[in-house]
Amino acid sequence: MHNNEVWVFIEQRNGKPADVSFELLSKGRKLADSMKGELKAIVIGHEAKGIAKETFKYGANEALLVDHPDLKLFRTMPYSRIMNELIKKHTPRIVLFGATVYGRDLAPRVASNTRSGLTADCTDLKISDVKYLGKEYPQLLLQIRPAFGGNIVATIITPDVPVQMATVREGVMEMHPVEKPHKEKITEVPYNPIDMDGLLEIIEQQREESKVNLKAAPIIVAGGYGLGSKENFKLLHELAHVIGGEVAGSRAAVDAGFVGSERQVGQTGVTVRPKLYIAVGISGAIQHRAGMQEAKKIIAINTDPDAPIFDICHYGIVGDAAQVIPMFIETYKNKLK
Amino acid sequence: MYKSIVLVKQVPDTANISGKVMKDDGTVNRAMLPAIFNYEDRVALEFALQVKQKYGGKVIAITMGPPRAADILRECLYMGADQTYAISDRKFAGADTLATSYVLSEAIKKIGDYDFVFAGRQAIDGDTAQVGPQTAEKLNIPQITYAEEILDIKDGKIKIRKKIDGGFEVVQCKYPCLITVLKGAAEPRPFQAKRIMAYKGAKTLMELEKMVEDNSLLYPDKLMHEYEERNLFIPTLTADDLAVDSERCGIKGSPTKVHKVESVVLAGGNQENIPPTKDGIGALIDKLLEDRIF
Repeated sequence: MHNNEVWVFIEQRNGKPADVSFELLSKGRKLADSMKGELKAIVIGHEAKGIAKETFKYGANEALLVDHPDLKLFRTMPYSRIMNELIKKHTPRIVLFGATVYGRDLAPRVASNTRSGLTADCTDLKISDVKYLGKEYPQLLLQIRPAFGGNIVATIITPDVPVQMATVREGVMEMHPVEKPHKEKITEVPYNPIDMDGLLEIIEQQREESKVNLKAAPIIVAGGYGLGSKENFKLLHELAHVIGGEVAGSRAAVDAGFVGSERQVGQTGVTVRPKLYIAVGISGAIQHRAGMQEAKKIIAINTDPDAPIFDICHYGIVGDAAQVIPMFIETYKNKLK
Repeated sequence: MYKSIVLVKQVPDTANISGKVMKDDGTVNRAMLPAIFNYEDRVALEFALQVKQKYGGKVIAITMGPPRAADILRECLYMGADQTYAISDRKFAGADTLATSYVLSEAIKKIGDYDFVFAGRQAIDGDTAQVGPQTAEKLNIPQITYAEEILDIKDGKIKIRKKIDGGFEVVQCKYPCLITVLKGAAEPRPFQAKRIMAYKGAKTLMELEKMVEDNSLLYPDKLMHEYEERNLFIPTLTADDLAVDSERCGIKGSPTKVHKVESVVLAGGNQENIPPTKDGIGALIDKLLEDRIF
């Protein structure tokens, strides 16, 4: 029988835990509850006990702490070896990682070693009994993600392996502190370096706190490939400035170089839940909608009346952004006079 | 002198996907889509070619895929690869990233004696970025993902600048190692006219067999020998050649299964159509002010 444990890898940057890890703990709590299993936080780092303590706020039953000066910064080799050994020893039922650069570096390595199933960039996770090819599988992890192309969502399962793994982008799950945290139980796991851990060394690391915080913005003005040029994106900046919002873009707009990748909304970007989301020249592919459909109000502006974005918006304006947006700005300014 | 192996993949052009190309089991009917050379893999090949240019050595490109994936191997030759291998077998079909990495790692071991394995960070048909790290794990070598620039290679170490969330790292790694490369890291060189002329006739065994089927005047052994002589033979590595465990290949070796595929039914019903006029937009702004959105 499975132990029904749910594990979350707790990522940290400059000694601070990543939001996505606590978001995953919140989701992991629900998954563990529905299997009547325990939620465990895996904390690897140096002087990371404070981070281990914080995991209880988000529902952890236990934190496994691997603390060593060599582990201060994330490096694939020691981190993956530690995860592999812990997973082989305890065989958790589910292991979740943030779909960050580090998470996407670490998770496949661990899945490869432990021969586990791994699904990248899930937009939802659920526990359910599943009948697959005539066989009953109780309490499987449903790993839900948009499949490539149009309006298709795939549910991936890994029925025949003991450990089910998934990565999830930051912002996709909501972070909820629990009302009654479990009593702190921190189990320290020793780390014994081996030669292989030292094959890669970090010579320099530079990180800037992101100046853009889309997740916290009450209003987002997002543009798509339909805007046609970086020049037209300036209109969005202008509108965002006037109404007090942040500018974002779809993946197509980011790929086209209209806007920076730190402002990408969608399955492979950030998930946002603003009060108002204005989608301009965005067709509304499912990958994009996955990142914005929980906005309280959505305004869609598009020249194509058949664009799928109109099906999920609250207010639809069929028209050319180059005319509609200046009109919006002017009208808004007049109203507030 | 360095020997690089580059992992390349032919992918369906996801910019051209419609519901029609999805099969009932949720996988994609690739035959229905135009197939292209995954862009980040071309960048990876460019990295390997630059290493060869600067330090000397050899560049070998390999792909696992159906017979038609030979197209991108020819394109690797046009760009400057010294040698290519097709890794192809019915047993490999339907592989997820774990099964793919198993076969690729066995092929890399078979080719052997390499300094670097380069690959694109991810392929556009799944965007998982898993095959690189999974392959590195099976080869038991270190990995550098999200590479942006090769800074130096010396004393058995490669120095690379790589992206991390919110910034970058400079890392130094003993090789052999596996490196996955980001889109903007380099501009893949165009196909070279001379090399197109030289290699457009390069063929895999399966393609030669097809030629024999279509023309009874050709003899397979002779044809293969002739292509080898002219350096136009693209070797194929099959499950038998690699002596792989067939339980770990293809669908059998893939733990992830597509359980269900759903078309998304859009919520809808509540949309209000706003005319693109001053009055229309004025009324909308009033509503938003009323709802305290502004």
